[in-house]
Amino acid sequence: MSILKHRETLLVAVIAAMLALIASRFPGFVTPGNLAAVFTDTAPLMILALGQMAVILTRCIDLSVAANLALTGMAVALLNTVAPGLPVVLTIALAIGMGALMGAINGLLVWKLDIPSIVVTLGTMTIFRGIIFLISDGQWVNAHEMSANFTGFPRIEILGLPVLAWIAIIAIAAMGLVMSRTVLGRSIFAAGSNPHAAAYTGIDVGRTQFAAFVISGALAGLTGYLWIARYAVAYVDIAGGFELDVVAACVIGGISIAGGVGTVAGAVLGALFLGVIKNALPVVDISPFWQLAISGAAILIAVAFNARAGRSKGRVILKSAEHAA
Amino acid sequence: MSLADPDMVPAPRQIPDRLASPAAKLLKSWESLLLLVAVAVFILNSFASPYFLDAWSLSDATFNFTEKAMIAFAMALLIIAGEIDLSVASIIALCSTAMGVVMQMGGGTGALVFTGLAVGLSCGAFNGLLVTRLGLPSIVVTIGTMSLFRGISYIVLGDGAFRGYPEGFAWFGQGYVFWVITVEMVIFTLLAIVFGVVLHKTNFGRQVYAIGNNSTAALFSGIRVQRVKMILFLLTGLMSGLAAVCLTSRLGSTRPSIASGMELEVVTMVVLGGVSILGGSGSIPGVVIAAILMGLVTFGLGLLNVPGIVMSIFIGLMLIGVIAVPRLFKMARGK
Repeated sequence: MSILKHRETLLVAVIAAMLALIASRFPGFVTPGNLAAVFTDTAPLMILALGQMAVILTRCIDLSVAANLALTGMAVALLNTVAPGLPVVLTIALAIGMGALMGAINGLLVWKLDIPSIVVTLGTMTIFRGIIFLISDGQWVNAHEMSANFTGFPRIEILGLPVLAWIAIIAIAAMGLVMSRTVLGRSIFAAGSNPHAAAYTGIDVGRTQFAAFVISGALAGLTGYLWIARYAVAYVDIAGGFELDVVAACVIGGISIAGGVGTVAGAVLGALFLGVIKNALPVVDISPFWQLAISGAAILIAVAFNARAGRSKGRVILKSAEHAA
Repeated sequence: MSLADPDMVPAPRQIPDRLASPAAKLLKSWESLLLLVAVAVFILNSFASPYFLDAWSLSDATFNFTEKAMIAFAMALLIIAGEIDLSVASIIALCSTAMGVVMQMGGGTGALVFTGLAVGLSCGAFNGLLVTRLGLPSIVVTIGTMSLFRGISYIVLGDGAFRGYPEGFAWFGQGYVFWVITVEMVIFTLLAIVFGVVLHKTNFGRQVYAIGNNSTAALFSGIRVQRVKMILFLLTGLMSGLAAVCLTSRLGSTRPSIASGMELEVVTMVVLGGVSILGGSGSIPGVVIAAILMGLVTFGLGLLNVPGIVMSIFIGLMLIGVIAVPRLFKMARGK
């Protein structure tokens, strides 16, 4: 058994090595308090990566997550300026619902009209961004316009971790259960690894893809509220280009873009890998402008690894069988 | 990886008793529908604003599509062959940054143009090698290089910018060949003809279609699939380099955020032009009309003071609409 086949172990090792390397010169980086801060900072990326994982597993891609996040965030921020007294729980429910609705639009276009997901989500990405401009008139919603409980909620500390981090942990646990213990989760894997076989076993591939898009959208909506509340500002371009980080986290986490292969742990570790790099750059005194190039290089290296790991013996037999059919 | 969904098995082909006449086929084609829409938009625009019907403002309007269209021609071939390149806008950023560096070292116009084209070609080669040699899916490779190429620009420039390009360099993006005919317009027209001939009249063009329809069958019929794909990636890189030369020359400055989001507009242009995103079909005349149509729409909306971000809603709707509407019609007819 080659270690390459266990992306999770490899990633844990790489992240540990990175942390050790940084710690050798900057011990402050690996204190529990700072590691918790890094985890919290990566929480939005982890939550989004979970949704993206579900979508990629079904052989689709969702490039609209960052725009979905920004639109939901702007909507709840505007709502908060109008109704500051609204309970946070209701705001979160609204954000999840709105995100899920946008995910459903993507999903319907993919499921009912059979349009390739990349085209659908490239389109909805720009449409959602445009709508933010329309509803906000291009204005910013700033911290002083938001109510204290709206911005304060993600920062409330429970057992030493802020709510933001706990929400990520809950999302990871929930996704772990859905993927391994529910019919939907197993259908997502089946629909992605062999759509023909899945269809013959009675799985509606299109509907499964739709469900994956709704999950991705709902998580993006949730992140939308958390993001806006955490940074206490909402504007049109917020989280611009973040969808690439999300796809990068998944690819680094060993989720195959060809569908059917990937784990929740992989997505989370992929996100943490990027999160550690992002947080370490200023510490080791490298310009933050390096980050984009580093994540690009990380995607390329990871996808090259994925391809090598994917070329196992079983795969080849399946491939020729598929061609014969 | 081709974008084609492997679970979509094509229905057995119906062979009609009598083929439609060429004239009828032309009338019913996607291209003539597009042309009709373009003419309609043209007429609407001239009603919407008194400033539209003016030779100089129409000449300005061509800048809305010429640079994107240069890339769109190569991208059309790439998408027909079943691959995609999402890194084109980032290639522009990298080329433009490289040109800025050469300019600071005292390079003249010739050196600048050479740098732009050479860097574009190298970026295309990088994408192409990763896809053809390592067998990686082009969509992930180019999402990666999209970050990588622009990332390098950010490393070089940070939040700064290159300015002060030489006088002669301005010719590409700001020059006129004759009266209102811009240099970019001439490049666009020449490229349209060259790409049209290559795709529709040469052996190479047929190979591109064959690969897009069934790359395994193409391989077994003796087409060097990987080599053709490599050439297409090189071509897309080169065209992005050319677009970078024109855009940098027109703007007269380089920022790392240059041309951001342009990959979307290029893909939209290609899909709007009737190229199937699944590969295997499409035409250059379609892309040409789509380019002009998109230019007219953005220019018309600009005359009506519609902000750029709202225009992008239209672009997004067009991208989904052009694929969704025919499928909706088909579904309605089927039931």
